[in-house]
Amino acid sequence: MKYVLEAKNINKYFKKPKPFQVLKDISFGIKKGEFTSIMGKSGCGKSTLLYILSTMDTDYKGALYFNDTLITGQDKKFLSRFRNEHIGFVFQFHYLLAEFSVLENVMLPAKKLAQFSKDEIEVKAIEKLKMLGIEKLALKKASQISGGEKQRVAIARALINEPSIIMGDEPTGNLDSHNALNVFDIFKKLSLKEGLSLLIVTHDHDFAKKTDRIIEMSDGCIRNS
Amino acid sequence: MINWSVILSIAKTHLLSRFKQTVVAALGVTFGIGSYITLVCFMTGLNRMLDSLILNQTPHIHVFNEVEPSKKQPITYDKALVSGFNIIHSIKPKQNQLRITNALPLMQYLNKNPDILSVVPQVKTQVFYKSGATEISGLIIGIDPLKESRFSNLDDYILNGSSQSLLNSSNGILLGSGIAKKMVLQVGDRIQLITPGNELLSLKIVGLFQTGIAEIDDSRSYTKISKVQQILMQPKNYITDLNINLKDIQQASRIAQEIATQHHLNAVDINTANAQFETGTTIRNLITYAVSITLLIVAGFGIYNILNMLIYEKMNDIAILKATGFSGIDVQYIFMSQALIIGIVGGILGLLLGLGLTLLIDQTPFNTEALPTITTYPINNNPVFYLIGILFALFSTFLAGLLPSIKAKNIDPVSIIRGQ
Ligand SMILES: Nc1ncnc2c1ncn2[C@@H]1O[C@H](COP(=O)(O)OP(=O)(O)OP(=O)(O)O)[C@@H](O)[C@H]1O
Ligand SMILES: [Mg+2]
Repeated sequence: MKYVLEAKNINKYFKKPKPFQVLKDISFGIKKGEFTSIMGKSGCGKSTLLYILSTMDTDYKGALYFNDTLITGQDKKFLSRFRNEHIGFVFQFHYLLAEFSVLENVMLPAKKLAQFSKDEIEVKAIEKLKMLGIEKLALKKASQISGGEKQRVAIARALINEPSIIMGDEPTGNLDSHNALNVFDIFKKLSLKEGLSLLIVTHDHDFAKKTDRIIEMSDGCIRNS
Repeated sequence: MINWSVILSIAKTHLLSRFKQTVVAALGVTFGIGSYITLVCFMTGLNRMLDSLILNQTPHIHVFNEVEPSKKQPITYDKALVSGFNIIHSIKPKQNQLRITNALPLMQYLNKNPDILSVVPQVKTQVFYKSGATEISGLIIGIDPLKESRFSNLDDYILNGSSQSLLNSSNGILLGSGIAKKMVLQVGDRIQLITPGNELLSLKIVGLFQTGIAEIDDSRSYTKISKVQQILMQPKNYITDLNINLKDIQQASRIAQEIATQHHLNAVDINTANAQFETGTTIRNLITYAVSITLLIVAGFGIYNILNMLIYEKMNDIAILKATGFSGIDVQYIFMSQALIIGIVGGILGLLLGLGLTLLIDQTPFNTEALPTITTYPINNNPVFYLIGILFALFSTFLAGLLPSIKAKNIDPVSIIRGQ
């Protein structure tokens, strides 16, 4: 079976404050529609790995493939376009543009992609907000909503361009169990119905158990797969 | 592919959410450009006034005969001595006439030259103005009043009456205001002259003129050309000077040289005559531009600072934009367009400020003895200055925005996200 995302022998070093290898020879693949979670102790390198897989961090050894295309070594312009189109990213901490409305935050990546008209984008954005139960917040400033709400806006934003893979760094970390369950259900549905692949870092065992596969990390290595 | 509507809408949101800082930055540009416009319009207006003060007295080309030693001394005519090295002591100027030979045919000839606008004849001679026991030496110039008033600025300087009044009286004289003051004379009074032939002559003052240049006002007077010819006991074709005005002043030195070589006359063009004047103008312009550029640089630093601050505040936004697919160039353009929007808005307001101030100065009364025709401060509202102003506003804000925006372009989103 073909992989949507495949990492081959990823190694990452930090030179400062003292030379230190964060990621040690990481290799794995994620299939289309597969819902994968990553677990591991704090500081074992999960976020670092996710930054590399999301193409934002280019300073590593090894090779990264998307649908069998080599991504490693591509120039920055290609990578930002690629991220825009194919990867939805939900950060460990909610990251929104504070001065823009919730709706604008969700719409921005789609406006950048410019595949649809502004009106179409707005319809899609509202649809995503509805799915996450926050359509009432659409016109509020991003700085005026709660932490959990921000996290759901960030998920809506990650979904707006209908990417082939969503990466999340503890996307449900700030949510109550009801909303965490809701987000899980949405992810599950997307992976089943639309073949969306998901790679989610989580500390929540209940969440992880329900996913298709758990990648266990410790000290920069993958323990089982 | 750059999606300008998204970039501009982000830039707009950033600017509006920091409205006060944006206004301060734009006002910096406004004051810079406004004072540049005011300064440059006022200074060039002053320059033009000062220049015209002198230059209006000077024709584009002044043709005359000068007393000078012969270039070819008699000894060079002797073939036997040509090969030797001849030393002649105590050369004296040749006795030659001040008149321009064949002046009338020459005028006709010059008038046919398509580059030449006008040829105005004059006859000059030294006289003494006499009042009681005092005698003041001076220069009387015989003019053709019709031609002078058409082609020279003489009329601008006449305080009461006009050069035309010379036509109506056979014994009229236009007197420099300085002489009139010294001799306590007024229009309608008579003045006595001692001619070079040592005759006493009485003329009626039909007008006074004031050029603002004391040297001229204290010594010069004008009368009809025929009167001076009569004083000198010379015929109608006795002309000592020709004042030539050209269609294009840039041609002055070339045409002057042509006339000088063709007709064996002295022909001085305006640029040579006023070379030192150019230097003054250049230096005044230099000061104007130095001050304006300083003002704009100060405004530029203001923008630079504000954008730099903005970028530090916006680190998170930059990281998010990059993480969600905006490229470094997109981010750079977001910040560049903020700088340029500040530049355009500030610059246009600056032009309006400059326009307002110059109009105000233009209305301000300015009366001076020396310049009878000037009643308000001079302003040169040249559109070119406004064009330079707005271009400079854009250029300086572009430079001010460049470094901060390049910094934004190169920000590594991972280090920002991790730093949270
Ligand atoms: N810029 C950096 N320079 C040096 N060391 C770093 C840097 N960023 C992270 N580290 C180290 O790399 C290791 C992995 O960090 P990482 O953020 O990937 O952990 P994590 O698994 O995401 O932990 P958590 O579950 O707490 O989010 C940590 O030991 C951290 O101290
Ligand atoms: Mg982490």
